[in-house]
Amino acid sequence: MTFLSHIITGLSLGSIYAIIALGYTMVYGIAKMLNFAHGDVIMVGAYVCFFAVTSYQLPAILAVPLAMVVCTILGIVIERLAYKPLRQAPSLAVLITAIGVSYFLQNSAQILWSASPKSFPSLFTVGGNKSLGLFGGQLQISYTAMATVLACIVIMLGLTWFTGNTKMGKAMRACSEDKAAAQLMGINVNFTISMTFAIGSALAAVAGVLMCSAYSYLLPTTGSLPGIKAFTAAVFGGIGSIPGAFLGGVLLGLIETFTKAYISTDLSDAVVFAVLIVVLLVKPAGLLGRYVPEKV
Amino acid sequence: MATTLLNVDGINVYYGAIHAIKDVSFHVEEGEIVTLIGANGAGKTTTLQTISGLLRSKTGSITFEGKNISAISPNKLVSHGLAQVPEGRRIFLQMTVEENLEMGAYTQPSGGVAQDLERVFSLFPRLKERRRQVSGTLSGGEQQMLAMGRALMSHPRLLMLDEPSMGLAPLLVEQIFEIIQNLNHNGSTILLVEQNAQMALSVAHRGYVLETGKVVTTGTGSELIESPDIKRAYLGG
Ligand SMILES: Nc1ncnc2c1ncn2[C@@H]1O[C@H](COP(=O)(O)OP(=O)(O)OP(=O)(O)O)[C@@H](O)[C@H]1O
Ligand SMILES: [Mg+2]
Repeated sequence: MTFLSHIITGLSLGSIYAIIALGYTMVYGIAKMLNFAHGDVIMVGAYVCFFAVTSYQLPAILAVPLAMVVCTILGIVIERLAYKPLRQAPSLAVLITAIGVSYFLQNSAQILWSASPKSFPSLFTVGGNKSLGLFGGQLQISYTAMATVLACIVIMLGLTWFTGNTKMGKAMRACSEDKAAAQLMGINVNFTISMTFAIGSALAAVAGVLMCSAYSYLLPTTGSLPGIKAFTAAVFGGIGSIPGAFLGGVLLGLIETFTKAYISTDLSDAVVFAVLIVVLLVKPAGLLGRYVPEKV
Repeated sequence: MATTLLNVDGINVYYGAIHAIKDVSFHVEEGEIVTLIGANGAGKTTTLQTISGLLRSKTGSITFEGKNISAISPNKLVSHGLAQVPEGRRIFLQMTVEENLEMGAYTQPSGGVAQDLERVFSLFPRLKERRRQVSGTLSGGEQQMLAMGRALMSHPRLLMLDEPSMGLAPLLVEQIFEIIQNLNHNGSTILLVEQNAQMALSVAHRGYVLETGKVVTTGTGSELIESPDIKRAYLGG
């Protein structure tokens, strides 16, 4: 029974990583940049949802879309103001800017909402219960965990369908391969990149809400570590690949949970990164990534 | 009387300090095949990329159907009727043949895409057989056909081709040039960049010779093919 419950915890944590990783991977695949501020967009989404629920008494069904809308706009604005002017700049300059944006968001959150932690309410309850008891109550599955895993699967399938079947999704893939050629097709590359940030940021909001709902704890730095781990998950699965981000996220969540349960809580992050290093040594492009040698 | 479709007037293009295109002027009339020939590094690709808006000229003007297009962004130029088959084809290797063609129709209303696909497939039956194949697995010749088909999906009034013969076997080169001539007979206006001067001049109505960023000679295709200077420099005789 405890084994099963670890599996559920791991899947739910992994689904959060996967949702964040999907945003990372979309932006990386199309804009070819690591948006290190992605984790902090998660935090903003969680705060928006927090205030919508606690100060304005909005139901979750309205608070979550509100957080998504705010984060979508935030993502578009960040891209427009911070990254677009650097489109021709060396990637190191873009990376440093992204780190700067990350701190800017954290500090702004501290000024706006203070550094003291907020106790995030549980958004997913059924009949006042937070979890469903199985086997006569021996196994408890929280409704948040169910919602998280379900959201993750829906998002992964949705993104796969979107990039494979819609005109905008295909234009994104074209931009990810060759921006100049995409322009020669009539594709507005700037708009396409903007849309990618919009999607990634909306997903970040979802991840933020689910994460805070599961761990009921919200700080201006809340998004930072999950952001880095989700980035790890995206690399683990093969950066740029949608199924890769999904697989990487879920595996990372499982590895982390089982390390905490059976090896050591303190070592869990070290084990996660050790696994990443081993995978990258064996498969440099990640589990599902394609290895594309640098063109010379 | 033929009308001028494209007029390039006194353009100068720089890569940082490198002055790649020096006061280049030429024009393309409706219904013509015009070729730009020249050795490696003469500035042919730079010229095409400047017309399609990927590069900017410091001076002069580029007019298309009487409109100054020198400041229009490349993606908008497609709806004005310009299409370019870039050097090295630049097809989307991880997308299928059909998806590549759909990208070519990006600016077109979706209702006509199926019909345009059939039109391109009838020009290049090989592509139809391989429509669901990922295009990175196509042969070089098939990739060139795909790049041309993709450009045709936008119904261009001017089709610009950058070295369509590059890397192809002689038989395939002939096939590609036959297709270029057929397109022209059916009304397409073509600006053709080539290093294969012999082939290019034999299909072109007129040609311009570029040397280190300057137009040094111009004339009809047959005039240039007969010119002793051209023969010596580009035709190996
Ligand atoms: N991105 C660039 N940066 C700096 N210089 C460049 C760049 N691209 C081209 N050049 C230079 O500009 C000149 C013209 O190049 P261009 O590619 O237009 O030649 P080309 O006629 O197309 O040659 P080829 O037949 O080899 O394709 C060359 O001297 C080249 O070295
Ligand atoms: Mg060239």
